[in-house]
Amino acid sequence: MSGTTFAGALNTGLRRALADDEKVVLLGEDIGRLGGVFRVTDRLQREFGPYRVIDTPLAESGILGTAVGMAWRGLRPVVEIQFDGFVQPAFDQIVNQVAKMHARTGGRVRMPLTVRIPVAGGIGAAEHHSESPEAYFVHTAGLRVVSVSNPQDACTMLRQAIACDDPVIFFEPKRLYHVKGEVELEDLATAAPMSAARVVRPGDDVSVVTWGSHVATALDAAEALADDGVSVEVVDLRSLSPWDVEAVTASVRRTGRLVVVHEGARQGGVGAEICATVTETCFADLAAPPLRVTGHDVPYPPAKLERHQLPDLDRVCHGVDQVLGRAPLDPRAVAVSAATHQGQGSPAGAAPSGATSDGTAADAEDDGVTHRAVAVHDGQEVAA
Amino acid sequence: MPSTTDPRTLQDLSRAGRHDASVDSAHGGARDRTSTATPSGGTAQVIAPDGSRHAHPELDPWLEDVDDALLRQLYTDMAVARRVDAESTALQRQGQIGLWPPLLGQEAAQVGSAHALRGDDFVFSSYREHAVALVRGIAPADLLRVWRGVVGSGWDPYAARMAPMQVIIGAQTLHATGYAVGLLVERATGPGGSPAWGGPPSDGVERTSAVVSYFGDGATSQGDVHEAMTFAATWSAPVVFFCQNNQWAISEPVALQSKVPLVERARGYGMPGVRVDGNDVLAVLAATRQALHRARTGGGPTLIEAVTYRMGPHTTADDPTRYRTSADVDAWRALDPVDRFAAHLRGLGVLDDAAEQAAQDTCDAVAAALRSGISGTPDPSWEAVFEHVYAEPHATVAAERDAYARYLDGFADGADGAEQREGRR
Ligand SMILES: Cc1ncc(C[n+]2csc(CCOP(=O)(O)OP(=O)(O)O)c2C)c(N)n1
Repeated sequence: MSGTTFAGALNTGLRRALADDEKVVLLGEDIGRLGGVFRVTDRLQREFGPYRVIDTPLAESGILGTAVGMAWRGLRPVVEIQFDGFVQPAFDQIVNQVAKMHARTGGRVRMPLTVRIPVAGGIGAAEHHSESPEAYFVHTAGLRVVSVSNPQDACTMLRQAIACDDPVIFFEPKRLYHVKGEVELEDLATAAPMSAARVVRPGDDVSVVTWGSHVATALDAAEALADDGVSVEVVDLRSLSPWDVEAVTASVRRTGRLVVVHEGARQGGVGAEICATVTETCFADLAAPPLRVTGHDVPYPPAKLERHQLPDLDRVCHGVDQVLGRAPLDPRAVAVSAATHQGQGSPAGAAPSGATSDGTAADAEDDGVTHRAVAVHDGQEVAA
Repeated sequence: MPSTTDPRTLQDLSRAGRHDASVDSAHGGARDRTSTATPSGGTAQVIAPDGSRHAHPELDPWLEDVDDALLRQLYTDMAVARRVDAESTALQRQGQIGLWPPLLGQEAAQVGSAHALRGDDFVFSSYREHAVALVRGIAPADLLRVWRGVVGSGWDPYAARMAPMQVIIGAQTLHATGYAVGLLVERATGPGGSPAWGGPPSDGVERTSAVVSYFGDGATSQGDVHEAMTFAATWSAPVVFFCQNNQWAISEPVALQSKVPLVERARGYGMPGVRVDGNDVLAVLAATRQALHRARTGGGPTLIEAVTYRMGPHTTADDPTRYRTSADVDAWRALDPVDRFAAHLRGLGVLDDAAEQAAQDTCDAVAAALRSGISGTPDPSWEAVFEHVYAEPHATVAAERDAYARYLDGFADGADGAEQREGRR
């Protein structure tokens, strides 16, 4: 496939931002002469000099803390954290200083800094090189958080993040760095805003909401499910804070079913936030409980085990099967809803139509798809 | 230049030794301490690069017991370390392991310091201390299991008295300090213990074991390392901070981390510092013995800066030609620690052709055992994902494990099939 790589697109975006605004300064470990371990800053020090593209001493807290001071002075620092696990040493500066400075100063001081973080797994890396720490930052007021899924967004959204007057945590899924696509330098005035989600594949039966590298996973699943006659809508969330509640609820209102896919751990993850909000705002439109397909609540496992941690095509398809009633739900959910809805109709906890009693997904016959007005598991019939 | 900033301020702030020509010329001596600096001056050494031995009043007393057998052992250990390293790089190329950070060039710093340790001492290292691990008795194949991505730790840390590798740069220096303070607490509260501690060793009696923390020159910039040294010094903790200054932190020269030789920092914390030629195995052994003795007798921590060089790439994923010249590497090749020690032993008559052959035979055997021990190691089964997350049962993890088991059962051929599946069903 021709075009620009994801890493190249980021490089293009950075070059443009440096050229457009002399207040933009890049800092990080190995970003100068080496061009970064993923070569995202390749040649930029040569082009813009060592005062615009700064190799820092090896200290993430130091990098973020000095970036705060640079922002005080009116610069727009763009920080590179070498790998996801290494942002934690900078957590104090990000959470206690970066996120709060604007509020602390009554709006007088702005922190227009961007923190670029190569994120997530799937590349067989060593410990601390495959993590998905987005939930920590989404939980922190004062930070904007985005995650890009393709070269064009990588270029445009990075420029938007740098231009934004708030601090932006900018996640770059590592497994996409070599993915290619057509990239143009969009006009930021007319480009889709950074905070807007995007429907990347329209569909009618189930909404799959995800971001980063799992947009591709979801598209693959949608393709596979289409062969089964299931129509999946894939929503690329793009921005995790703020997140586009309107776009997601509009999608779920039409499909009646929601599956959120992310690689980070499930407990307290971003998927929980999305499912809760959708449940609060779209309860009457739901034909099934929202469901999450996520990483397990374990430390990211060694490389040879990571395929069990990552949501993949099969796990996404399984999640879609579950909300369609073609595969059984987690028995815990069944047990809880049985207790909650006792005496409200059909036997609680019964295997939904299309699922076999031993818990395997049933193959062919499938009512759940075309007649969506089938209660999935809790005895409550909800019209879609 | 950003209009709102004062250019003079930027000049001042940027004096770190960038290899940018304009910066260097603007700041005169900025290159003095860059990677091309070779050990000299205040760097303790007992074996010159040509292999000749010279006297060193402070280090020599710590080498009095070194006999021919130990000399040969040190040599063999360095040769084995180098061989394991080369073999591991080859195994990475063959796809048997995912990544490897070579120690090439740092054999003397690691073997010399590790040989100073007692069995009851403890080691907290970073990720490049393969020779330290080998001297601690860890099997080469176990060393590689982490790099193959099958486990988080290739060995039992309590059995080996060495923590698994640490990736978060500098974190282990705090762990070492805490472990050392643990030794002090035990000493104060245990049977016959005494809370009196600290100050210069009065009677020279070793009353605790000690801890060594290994870290790189880059790590010295991390706040954790500063905190570790502060804590250790004020508590007179029995810890030795062993910094391998191999001149590079990936692409960044040591001059970007420090304006002064790293050893000079010791004074600021209130502990002794010694700068030793890290390519001289005997000097390293002596300096580490001295520091460990100080630690065990109540004299508190020591900072050792072992001046050495990373001859290879940062890892097998790195391309060092992007940031350093071959002239730089060649200058250090002339100071090769293994060749130097071999020349020294030849001069002594301790290493003849037969002994050399014996060392090579050992290397061959270790390499063969390494290859057969790691090649084809099966992947762990999926259950391992959920193991040891907590020490006590945890409902969330248990439920997720069960759900995942049921999910895998849904595949016609179970977990095995699921692992080989290409598409859906
Ligand atoms: C907290 C943290 N930041 C960044 C990294 C990425 N990283 C791995 S090794 C390395 C350089 C370390 O240099 P040094 O401490 O001199 O040790 P050396 O690799 O030379 O042995 C960096 C930046 C990391 N592992 N941990």
